[in-house]
Amino acid sequence: MTSIQTERTITVVLNGVSREATVPVRWLLSDALRHEFGLTGTHVGCEHGVCGSCTVLVDGEPTRSCLVLAVQVDGHQVTTVEGLSRPDHQGGQVLHPVQEAFRECHALQCGFCTPGFLTTIAAGLDARDPAVEITDEEVDELVGGNLCRCTGYANIKKACRHAAATMRADVATKAQDGAR
Amino acid sequence: MTTKLFGEPVRRREDARLITGQGRYLDDIGSSAYAAAFLRSPYAHARIVDIDVTPAVDVEGLLAVYTYEDLVGPMAEPLPVLIPHPQLTSPRTGFPLAKNVVNHVGEAVVMVVATDRYVAEDALDKIVVTYEELPVVVGVDAAREAVHAVHDDVPDNVAARHHQETGDVEPALAASPHTLSFTQYFERSAAMPMEGKGVHARWDDADSSLRVYTSTQASTSVRAAIAAKLQLSLEKVEVIAPDVGGGFGVKIVHPWPEELLVPMAARLLGHEVKWSEDRREHFTSSAHERQQRQEVTVGYDDDGRITALDVHIWHDNGAYTPYGIIVPIVTATQLVGPYVIPVYRVRVESVFTNTVIVTPYRGAGRPQGCFAMERAMDRIAQERGLDRAEVRMRNLIQADQFPYDHHLTFQDGRPVVYDSGDYVGLMDKLKALVRWDSFEERRAEARARGRHLGIGMAMYVEGTGPGPYEGGHVQVLGSGKVLVSTGLTSQGQGHETVFAQLVASELGVPMEDVEVTTGDTRRFGYAVGTFASRAAVMSGNAVALAARGVKEKALRIAADVLEVDPGDLEIDEGLVQVKGTPGASIPLRTVAVLSNPLRYAFDEAAKQATQFAGPGDDSKPPVAVGDAPGLEHTDYYSPVRSTFASGAHAAVVEIDPATWEIDVVDYAVVHDCGNVVNPMIVEGQVHGGVAQGVGGALYERMAYDRDGQLQNASFMDFLMPYASEVPDVVIDHQETPSPLNPLGLKGAGEAGVIPGSAAIASAIEDAVGRRIAAMPISPTELYDLVRSDADQVSNTKTGVLA
Repeated sequence: MTSIQTERTITVVLNGVSREATVPVRWLLSDALRHEFGLTGTHVGCEHGVCGSCTVLVDGEPTRSCLVLAVQVDGHQVTTVEGLSRPDHQGGQVLHPVQEAFRECHALQCGFCTPGFLTTIAAGLDARDPAVEITDEEVDELVGGNLCRCTGYANIKKACRHAAATMRADVATKAQDGAR
Repeated sequence: MTTKLFGEPVRRREDARLITGQGRYLDDIGSSAYAAAFLRSPYAHARIVDIDVTPAVDVEGLLAVYTYEDLVGPMAEPLPVLIPHPQLTSPRTGFPLAKNVVNHVGEAVVMVVATDRYVAEDALDKIVVTYEELPVVVGVDAAREAVHAVHDDVPDNVAARHHQETGDVEPALAASPHTLSFTQYFERSAAMPMEGKGVHARWDDADSSLRVYTSTQASTSVRAAIAAKLQLSLEKVEVIAPDVGGGFGVKIVHPWPEELLVPMAARLLGHEVKWSEDRREHFTSSAHERQQRQEVTVGYDDDGRITALDVHIWHDNGAYTPYGIIVPIVTATQLVGPYVIPVYRVRVESVFTNTVIVTPYRGAGRPQGCFAMERAMDRIAQERGLDRAEVRMRNLIQADQFPYDHHLTFQDGRPVVYDSGDYVGLMDKLKALVRWDSFEERRAEARARGRHLGIGMAMYVEGTGPGPYEGGHVQVLGSGKVLVSTGLTSQGQGHETVFAQLVASELGVPMEDVEVTTGDTRRFGYAVGTFASRAAVMSGNAVALAARGVKEKALRIAADVLEVDPGDLEIDEGLVQVKGTPGASIPLRTVAVLSNPLRYAFDEAAKQATQFAGPGDDSKPPVAVGDAPGLEHTDYYSPVRSTFASGAHAAVVEIDPATWEIDVVDYAVVHDCGNVVNPMIVEGQVHGGVAQGVGGALYERMAYDRDGQLQNASFMDFLMPYASEVPDVVIDHQETPSPLNPLGLKGAGEAGVIPGSAAIASAIEDAVGRRIAAMPISPTELYDLVRSDADQVSNTKTGVLA
């Protein structure tokens, strides 16, 4: 019998929880997420890093999980689409503003590319000053690296602006509350 | 009424799971399944001399290897010709695994099953197939010249000759004051959904039954095909389309070899087996569309009115014809668009090439037909010195001419009779939307900036909602929950939302109470599929009719209870009530309980329907003769013929003479799909279609070399538009209801893509003053076109790169 399935044990902080797994060293991060950790929200559209469907956040940075080996994220933090929402402390989940915006603006149709857009845009919005109004150039930058075959992107851009506006309104509200 | 939802931009119910990573696509199913993988032909045309699988057998984790020799019974026969046609005189289909000859790169030769996909591909690497190469036919012109044949027994490479005519075209052309002729090409693209195909199969040995999940547009027909090929009784096969990551036509073809082989392996191995297509496989073994050579001759009078039209098309159907000649028929019959064509003849030669099969991709032959007709309009305008919009206006079918019979036979075998429309209205709206009449000011402004600006337009009519039928089932449960099912599948069009809107509206219940299932043969066994912009028209009307049946029964039962006339009752927010009499009411969920006379109570609600619950009429049976227990109804919608949607697009392009880059700066759409159930979803369909139209016009092509190798079989090299390539789209609506169906609907799914290449070609010509004779067009090709000295230069291609 011939086998080239050398395996290695990795530890990853996955969506905020430390997880350990033993995976073949040749497995892509996307394979480990989907087939080892059962997080099937990360979708594989091309397996050569072009479409962006498989984008996850590695230490907060958008990363194509089809271009990274699973063993490369040993010791790192990984956030998938399943980890974008946060517990509301009442047993439910609070969606990230960009998730809400995608639904509100009809920014998805088949939904296959959606997780990659959501992780990318969420990281971009979280990294910017929410008090500043988002520009068209910023929106183009946030949505410009992923492929979608259904929507023609118009509503994805709209959702991006919508989410940024929500986040801006939130900081304004918090600032008001703080001033009281 | 608070439950009126028809026409509202209701947010999609699908989205809650899809934005949180909780969707269930094919590859998300069956985490413990074995993995199948395929060894595919590296040659476009070759004889298989030998297959040596022995080097693979010691790969740890390999479970099975299958070649053609392992196929038995109907599996060893060629794949079905799905849509036979008398003019398809030489149909050819492949085998699930190649028998003696491979006819395109990517054709499946060997299937292996292993513990995981990596191991399966390790095994594939070790299998040695010896081929004897044969001459290769690539491109429609090579097929037409027929120096070599794709199939030995079809020496002229012609699979079908499709021919329709509405009169004697040659004398009509001879009698025309003017004629012009041109030849042009349209390139290959492909549907290219973000999710490739995939199949998961589970065999239940004790029950001798099979459950198959497949990323398909036609689950009922896949079921029938699997049952036939694996010699199983139909009731032993269940086929389910889970969440499907886009289709755009490629997933209407069936059964794909993998849809038969994966279930076969699951049965033989007694274990779940799954195959998920990778992107390269999708490029080389799924389907493409669109390449045609078009020879057009049109006769017209001094005013630019068409007197006769003669079109001869050579259509590249690839290596096989599983989907018959649907695409050629659609091109032939939809080509005439919104225009009066007094005498029309069309001949289509559908030819074999050693390339991936050609089957419908969104638009399905219409973009090519539109390209032929609209380019003719532009040329007539130029020859007569007329405005392009004016020439079109003079040829339009007028509002008082409906129903308008073109005397052609459509893809459903039914006459091309336009049911309704207002094409002059479309043109008026389009001209206003894109400011057609004031364009010269913009052109001058751009010229001052050193840019070439051009504007173009194109119109189309789209036959939508073809039969034969779809069905719907609506059932009210004792909980008040309303279950809706239809056999037709979904690939992102929002069917769960739209069908729930329709049923909630018809039945008078809150939309939250309605649950919709599509594409699951366990729930609805009779269906055709999702294609040809038919889902809303077909299943929409079917579920609405089923809901009406439920409502009628509910009112009848409630009328008995309330001792009133059913005609005095209405249902609002799930309450059956006497119109205008507050208080006299009964919840619909109680009606559902009462509709099913019970012996046994299992909860509080059910007690109301048991035999000692109250005084009944003991002279009658509990279930009346001709009635049935339960508050449910099944109904079907089967149209006499297709309904014809329409639209008009305009594009403004800006060209940089330094790089000859073509930037679509404005894109305007006026569309008419009859009554609109959910305008948000319809606009989403338009946006997506336009993006594919722009991709087809400027970026996407299948670059085969002369050896039949697809040189751009990746997303790196096959250029699908990103957000940066898609223009902002402005949309105006017109609603001309269809008189053919109860809801007045026409399809909207494909419309956005149809006129893209025609409108953008028109705009580029307008910008640079040169004739375009092939689409798509790249900056390099445009540069070559404009730098040439010739007065009447055309860019012509043969569909072959290098």
